[in-house]
Parts: sequence; C-alpha cells; structure tokens
Amino acid sequence: MTQVLRLANGGLIDRTRMLRFRFDGRDFTGHSGDTLASALLANGVHLVGRSFKYHRPRGFVGIGQEDANALVRVATGDQVEPNLKAGEVVLRDGLEAFSINCRPSPRHDLRAVHQIAAPLLIAGFYYKTFMWPNWHLFEGAIRRAAGLGTAPEGRDLDRYVHAYADCDLLVVGAGPAGLTAALDGARTGARTILAEADFAIGGSALWRGGSDAAEAATAAEAELRALPNVTILSRTQVFGYYDHNALAAVEYLADHGARQRLWKLRAGRVILASGAIERPLVFAGNDRPGVMLASAAQALVGRFAVLPGRRAVIFTNNDSAYDAAAALAVAGAEVTLVDSRPASAASAPGVRILHDRVVSATKGVRHVRAAIVADRAGRISETLPCDLIGMSGGWSPIVHLFSQSGGKLRFCEEIQGFVPGEAVQPVTAVGGAAGALGTLAIEPLWEVPGRGKKFVDFANDVTAHDIAIAMRENYVSVEHLKRYTTLGMGVDQGKTSNVNGLAIAGALTGRAPGKVGTTKFRPPYSPIALGALAGPLVGPLFRPLRHLPAHDWHVARGALFEEHGGWWRPSAYPHVGETLEAAAAREARAARTGAALFDGSPLGKIEVSGPDAARFLDRVYVGTASTLRPGRARYGLMLNENGVVIDDGVFVRLADDRYLVHTTSGGADRIAAMLDEWLQCEWRDLDVVVMNVGSQWATLTVSGPSARDLLAALGTDIDLADFPHMRFREGRVAGLPARVLRASFTGEASYEISVAAGAASGLATAIAAKGAPFGLTPIGVEAIMILRIEKGYLAIGVDTDGTTLPDDLGMAGGVARKGSDFIGRRSLDRPDAVRPDRLQLVGLLTDGPRLAVGAHVLREGGVPGVSDGHVTSSVDSPALGRPIALALIRAGRARLGETVTLYDMGIRHRATIVEPVFFDREGQRLNDGHS
Amino acid sequence: MLSLTCPHCGPRDETEFSCGGESHIERPGVEASDETWADYLFVRDNPRGVTFERWHHRFGCGAWFNVARDTVSHEIKTVYPMGAPRPTTP
Repeated sequence: MTQVLRLANGGLIDRTRMLRFRFDGRDFTGHSGDTLASALLANGVHLVGRSFKYHRPRGFVGIGQEDANALVRVATGDQVEPNLKAGEVVLRDGLEAFSINCRPSPRHDLRAVHQIAAPLLIAGFYYKTFMWPNWHLFEGAIRRAAGLGTAPEGRDLDRYVHAYADCDLLVVGAGPAGLTAALDGARTGARTILAEADFAIGGSALWRGGSDAAEAATAAEAELRALPNVTILSRTQVFGYYDHNALAAVEYLADHGARQRLWKLRAGRVILASGAIERPLVFAGNDRPGVMLASAAQALVGRFAVLPGRRAVIFTNNDSAYDAAAALAVAGAEVTLVDSRPASAASAPGVRILHDRVVSATKGVRHVRAAIVADRAGRISETLPCDLIGMSGGWSPIVHLFSQSGGKLRFCEEIQGFVPGEAVQPVTAVGGAAGALGTLAIEPLWEVPGRGKKFVDFANDVTAHDIAIAMRENYVSVEHLKRYTTLGMGVDQGKTSNVNGLAIAGALTGRAPGKVGTTKFRPPYSPIALGALAGPLVGPLFRPLRHLPAHDWHVARGALFEEHGGWWRPSAYPHVGETLEAAAAREARAARTGAALFDGSPLGKIEVSGPDAARFLDRVYVGTASTLRPGRARYGLMLNENGVVIDDGVFVRLADDRYLVHTTSGGADRIAAMLDEWLQCEWRDLDVVVMNVGSQWATLTVSGPSARDLLAALGTDIDLADFPHMRFREGRVAGLPARVLRASFTGEASYEISVAAGAASGLATAIAAKGAPFGLTPIGVEAIMILRIEKGYLAIGVDTDGTTLPDDLGMAGGVARKGSDFIGRRSLDRPDAVRPDRLQLVGLLTDGPRLAVGAHVLREGGVPGVSDGHVTSSVDSPALGRPIALALIRAGRARLGETVTLYDMGIRHRATIVEPVFFDREGQRLNDGHS
Repeated sequence: MLSLTCPHCGPRDETEFSCGGESHIERPGVEASDETWADYLFVRDNPRGVTFERWHHRFGCGAWFNVARDTVSHEIKTVYPMGAPRPTTP
C-alpha cells in the first residue's frame, strides 16, 4: 500500500529513507522521522483498535503520549513489548506491531456485541450486577473479556539498566520554553540535565510557529549541545517526582544493548516545561475513528507531512484551533470550523467558519463520514460530510509532576484549567505547563447537547452519562468519582479526561470546576515497564546467595545444594541413585558411628572487645558472660526487648577484654547490627567494639566418635588430652593457624575448626584424606537437622516463633540466677509471660508415620476447633529407628506422658508428649573421654 | 526519596540508610511498672510537624545519628549526634 495521505512536501521526515513495517499482518511503508502513529495515518489507517469496555472501533485521538486509543503490541521474534502508544513508537525498518483488545482484528471484532449490551455496562455495573450469589462465579468470564492486551508469557529477553545522576538544574521538556529555561541556567554554569520524552528536540516548534520557531529551537539545541555542563536526554520520560527533589525517568534506548535505562535524578531545582495537552470536546460520537484533537491534525501536517483528512471539520470553543484549521487548509483540505462561541477575534484564511454552532453528533461506522451541526440549544442546522473532525476543548497544562512534588494546583479561569500554585519543593513551571498558552479566549463547553455516547475517558470507556450516574448516586467527591467510574485511571492518567470529567461532575452538582478540584496525581506519569524498575537485579542477582569458601570442594564431592538462610549450602551428598532422604539418614548414621565433616562456615562470628566487653555481654545474654574464664565457652540466648528469643549460640571468652560471639547462620548480620545499635544509641558509656568477622573465617566441623583421633591424625599442637567439651583453643591444625572450639550441634564430640577463609578447601581436602580410615563422611544440612532434633537442640525461627520466651524453651534458669538487667528482661515479668498455659517446647513420639511439620494438636478433637500447639520439627530418626518430633504445645511441660491427637490435611494422628531430648539424654557422648 | 546528611559521609540517598524510629526514648529499669514498660515498648509520638528519630548509615559508615524531620514537608531540620539533647524546635 502506498502512503496515500502523505503530502508531497514539508515535514521533518527523511523521504530518502524508506522504512518497511507490518501492522496486524499487513505490510506498509513509512519514513525515517515517522512514529508508528504517523506512518499508519500516512497510509490511511485510522482504525487501530477496539475500546476497552464496549469494543467500539477506535482511531487516534492524539498522536503522542496523550493518546490512549492506539495501543499496540510490538514484537520482534520472542521479544514482546505490550501496550505501547503508537505515537511513542519510533518507526524502524522491520517493525512488527499488532493492535490489542480485539479479535481477530479491529475491523472484525468478535466482542463488538458489547455495544448492543452497552446500556448495561454503565458505571458501577460490576458492583451492582455480579453481587449475587457470589462475584467469583462471574469473575473468570469477566476477566477474559476485560483488560488491555495480553501479557507476554515468556521471559523478558531485554536488558534494563539503572543510572544515577545529580544536577543543579533539571529541565523537563525541550519545547521552546524548556530550551529557553535550560539555556538560561546552563549559561550561568549550572550543571543542567534537559529531559525530553520525544526523540526529537523542539516540542511544539516541530509543528507550530513556522520557520521562526523551528530555527530558534534548532539554534538553542545546538548551543546546549556545545556546552560541557549540559546533558540532553531525548526519548526520556520523567515519570515520578519524589521527596527532596528526587525524580525518576525512563530513557528508551536504541542499539545500546539494553532496551531502557531508568534514571534516578537528584536536582538542585527543577523547571517543568512539559507543555500542555489539548482537551477533547464531549459530544455524541466523539470517539469515532477520524475524530481527533485539532492539535494532532496540525502536528500531522506540520511535522509528519500527513494530511489526516481531505474534508475536515474543526470544532472548537477557543482560538487555538484556528491555527490548526488554517494549517489543514493550506495543506489542501476543505475545512469548516464550527465555533461554539458567538464571535472570535481569531482568523483562519481559506476556512468556512460557523459561529454559535456545535457538533452535536457524528455519523459513520468504522470511520467518521459526517458531522451533525446544531445550535447551542441542540437544534440541528446542517450535516457536514467529512472524513476528519478536529476538536479543541481548550488546553490542560501538564501539572502531573508538579502535583506529585506536593505542590498545590489552582484553577485558572482564563484558560479553564489547572495550573501550578504554591510549590513545596524547589520547582517552577514555565510555558504551557504554567498555563502560558497565548490567547485562547475560551468559553467553557463541557458537555455538548445531543443524544448518544459522549466519551470523557476514551481509554476506560467512561461517558458523560457515567459521570451523571455517579453524581446521582452521590459519588460527588472527585476521588470517589474516579474510583467508581474508573475515570482517568490506567493509561490515560487524566491526561485528556481529567478536567472534562470533573467539570461535568461540577456542572451536575452546581460546583465550579475549581471547587470540584482534581484528584492527586501519582507516579508514574505514563506507564513504564516493570523490567525498567527491576533493572539488572533479576535472576541470580535479584537476591544473590552467599557461597561457602570451600564451595568448589563441595561441588567436587557431589553436593546437592539448596538455599539455607541466604547461603547456598550442601543439603546432602547423595550417592548415585540415592534419594536426598536416604543420603541424609546415611550421613547422620556416619556422625554417630565414625566421623563426619560438616561445613559450618555460615555460623555467625562476631568479636566483641574492649574494657567493658564483659559488662556489655551481661546485658545482651540471658545468661552471664562476665563469669566465664578465658578459653571457655558457654551457650546463650539473646532476646529482644519484648523478651522474645531472637538468636542463640555459643560464646567464647578469648581474653579478659575479648569475646567471640557465635550466632545462628542467618543471624550474624542482624545481630552484629543490633549489638552496634545498643552501643551507639543506648549504652554509649561502654567502651566496646563490635566486629563482624564471619567472612574472614571458614569453619569445618569434625564430629563423631572418631573425631578426636582424626584431629590427631591431621596433626595439631593443641593438647587433645586436655580439651574437653565447651573449651576453646588456638593453635595449628594440619599446618594451618586455627581456632578450635569444642561445641556440638550433633550430640557427638565435635571440633569446630576455623581457619582463614582462603584455606578452607585445603583443610577440607586434608580432613578427607586423613579421615578415610575413620570412614569420614561429609554431611549436609539435612543430616545436621536429624542429629540436632535427636538431641532436642532447637533451631531459632523453626522451633521458636515471634512469641517464644526463654521459659517456653525450658531455659529460664539464667534469668533466675542473674541479678542484673539484660535486653528483654523486664518483659519476662509481664502477666502474659508467666501464664502457665503458654506454648512450651516438648518432644512427640508416635507409632504412626512421621508427623508433618505444622500439624496441630487438637484440644477437644473437633475440627475446626481450638489448637493446643503445633509440630515444629519432625524427622525419621536413624539412631532411634522411629519418627520423632519437636512441638510447641500449650502447657506442654506439665503434660509429659499425655497422648494427644494431631490433625494434618484431614488426617488425625496420635502421639505422646515427651521430654525434648531423644538421644543420649545425659550427654555422655559429648565428653570424648574427658571426665 | 529523602536526601540525608550523614555526619561522617555527607549527603546521601535514603536507600543507604535505615530508620530506627523515634529517638530520645528513655529505657526504664527492671523495677518499672507494667504501664511504664509498655509505654517504652510500644507508645510513640506521631506528630504532624517536627519529629525526632534516629537513623543508621547502614550501607555506609555504620554510624547512628539523630534527625529532626518535618513529617508534613519531609524537610530535614537538623542532624545531630546520638546522645545530644533534643534540639529546641527550629
């Protein structure tokens, strides 16, 4: 197809560069300098979609960001961008686009029957119609029929990047006003960023104001580009304005390896030069393809050399459309201007002008073919055959960003629109955005008399009638009106609909538009891709997992990795054909019978040092730290101020003024930060330094009956004959400087050997080599869980929750012995903390299958009923040959021996409450030959 | 997004900091009544106007410091060290 509506001359397109593209499977051509919108119109394609609710045929209302009708999906192979505005898609060779919201095509849309049901689909329709018996009965069918476009199903193949910048001056919009403002600032040396949504610089000078305006813009751009303190960002939409002059913008990139760049900007001051958007007029049939904003028609002629209609009707209530009418006439169209005002000082050479007349209706199905002209009382005076109606209901300054900044808006009678009022941040508006729109001589004409659908919000199919319903039903607040009718929601964001909608609401309720006010504008100004917000932080970078220092060693041993508390750790080392569960049981048995190697490097390690270290830790732990002698270790609980147990671990006194605090694997950063907060904020009199040293050390734990012999085989200068449980030694192991702690999470004699992180793989290799005669088995987290549950060692956050106090774990002894205050102590005396019927940690034994974690203990046996607690940890114990579990049960310690009923997924189980230690209750195995 | 001035590092984006809530709350001793302790744990001012809170330069130098911030305009009135008395409302 040829470009039938392309003018022979003029415009800012490069006629020497022909671009081929496809739209809905048909081939077209355009030129460099076109957008998809201008190229489609050049080819005579007005019908580009179906409306949101009624599936009415829709064409271009505007040709830029103000248009919400021509939404397209752009696809290049597997790369899909949904719901783009055709006027914002820069034409490129090979572009393929599809209309949305219609099947199979805009010309033959199956859901067009919605138009017949239109009287039903009014404001509040869903709320009123689908209430009984249940909205969910209807939801599926409605969801299929509703919505815009389809979300791409595959991964987003494009890349997105983030960028940060600060500047003295940010100018939003590179039209004549923005260029002037940027020059004024830049000439004083201000570091200036000029952001323009369009790919071309110049704004309205690209299509209006003749050669003078165009030359001024070109000269300004050239001067700015020559200044070293100026950055011009084109195709960059500033979409959000936040506190302290922080703004966000998205830049569309071509051939940069990434699709979009999200800018986070901090500006000393901001000048908004974003211009104004022409308002539609609200008359019957104003949504027919071929009805567009007068300024869009003028821009098509001036910038793109496209004549959108040969017989044009311009309908206006102000002077600005005279310019558009004249431009169309010069380009060769037969133009009639219908002016609702009795007279005007403006002129449009070559244009037939009708005063005191309105367009009260339109004719046509897939394209407008006539305008019905009436007087202001609605009496029809004539029918004008036409293929284009350009409408102008005045102009709305783009105040979105100003409103987002917290600034107040005020209604300006002169332009009948909202303009920026009092600012609360360093921001000013200039040009059209400030309401400087030349002489409009506008006379309000909010709703044109006449019968038929008069659209206010084209994107959401909201009509003047819908607003009337909302007013009748007392949704008179503008915020309620918006939510009840969806006026100004979605892609429009109030750009064309806001002022018309609230003015009509005001007229129906006897309020001036300024009294009705406007909804608060919120980011984003226009839709942006979620991928731009996520930026590069997707996939493995979304939440990077920590790797063990000896990661490669574990890989070589066939470890099955899973995430455990932010670490990528071996769950087990399954043999070929072995299940994870079988591997874990085998590994747990090895720890009880021979020697096991467990990588405990994630164990939190925090050094607390200084003259007041002991006093400080006395205030941190439930137990006492100051009575501990150097070289010895003690188990402790940490609470928050509510008395709730938040961490546990073994702490070591390295010297009089120095401790090594071990935390849970996932808790190190949090606990180190908490300790520092107490020191900096509350106990600033204490002379203590907290240092999180976890990443400096790798900890390999050798555990089992043969652990001591293995350590001896490795070679160490530590006297193993004098190294009992809960002691700490420094020395050399396998030739490496090491810290060795006798503490155990398996119930077996254990040596936690810490060496420099970089030496981890070497030590692991040495242990494996020397351990072969002892049947050394590397064990993963699953085996450790089995071993610790057999011993009743609790895991914070697994066997405890946000209500668990020390006494609930049977660990209140430290509180009773201690005379002084510590974090959370006072909370342990609350009436609720000393209730006898609190959830307490106990064991459960069952003759049936393994209990499910989360299974509830039934109080009365009925379901639904009252829960008496729940299972927190559960395994099949290899050592005992039966399933065992830990549980938090109401008044559990007073109920030892009682048989209870548990409920899980519809099945009841019986279990007996026991002490929460199943294996080696006396702890003989920890002693390792020491008395 | 706020711009906060760390006493050590200068002006930085809010994303480098975490807010620790209201400052100048006195911690009662173990002898405190249930009511006093509950006030300490849970009751906070919620002024329309200047609020005094402590912030942590968490992804920076690690320092805690006090900030007087207007809850309406988000204007930072002043930044002052931990332990310094609450400034008279600017």
